[in-house]
Amino acid sequence: MKVTVKYFAVCHEMLDRSEEVMELPEGATVRTILKRLEEEWPEIAEFYEVMQMSVNWEYATEDTELTEDDEVALIPPVTGGTDV
Amino acid sequence: MFKITSEVITGEEVRDAVETPDAGAVVLFFGTVRNNTGGRATKYLEYEAYPPMAEKKMSEISEEIAEKWGIDRVAMIHRVGKLEIGEVSVAVAVASPHRKDGFKACEYAMNRLKQIVPIWKREVWADGEAEWVKPDAVFFEQPEKGE
Repeated sequence: MKVTVKYFAVCHEMLDRSEEVMELPEGATVRTILKRLEEEWPEIAEFYEVMQMSVNWEYATEDTELTEDDEVALIPPVTGGTDV
Repeated sequence: MFKITSEVITGEEVRDAVETPDAGAVVLFFGTVRNNTGGRATKYLEYEAYPPMAEKKMSEISEEIAEKWGIDRVAMIHRVGKLEIGEVSVAVAVASPHRKDGFKACEYAMNRLKQIVPIWKREVWADGEAEWVKPDAVFFEQPEKGE
């Protein structure tokens, strides 16, 4: 199945792309994507603890199962708004 | 109205969105780009967002406010791209029958926005360095990209 994976902020810069389509095996979860990204960017594993993932615009866990055409995103710690 | 924009925020858009005859108060909050963080001079800020999810999460925050205070007139807009010192990065408007709940709901909206809305800030310092900001510390240090 094919899913779209989006990268923002620091992930966008480190991976040098803002999104891609990944071909994944049936039964794949968010973890499948993270493992694949680790091969390209080993340091990313250090940030999994602070990073969140989303599937179809909703926060998800590593165990969230994926289906065809899902939109997955890596969400670094959010820092919108102001520091007041 | 829940919106990510690359346009200048004037406040009129959120103010107009919450207008209602049964309001006795409209609380309007602007977040602006400060010229320093912890004393270190800031040159400008860059904001990036995941627009569809950000707008969905803003809408969820308004549902939380409706549950807590019975207020159903909330609007939020956040700007993305390069923002100069003094410019408005975010505006929140809350219309309520009485001011007390309006103030509380507006502060709540900002606090929640900073927790769950996928928007990121990159601080470009006056000395030329730049970094993606994370809630309590620096996420990564990176050289500034050529301007």
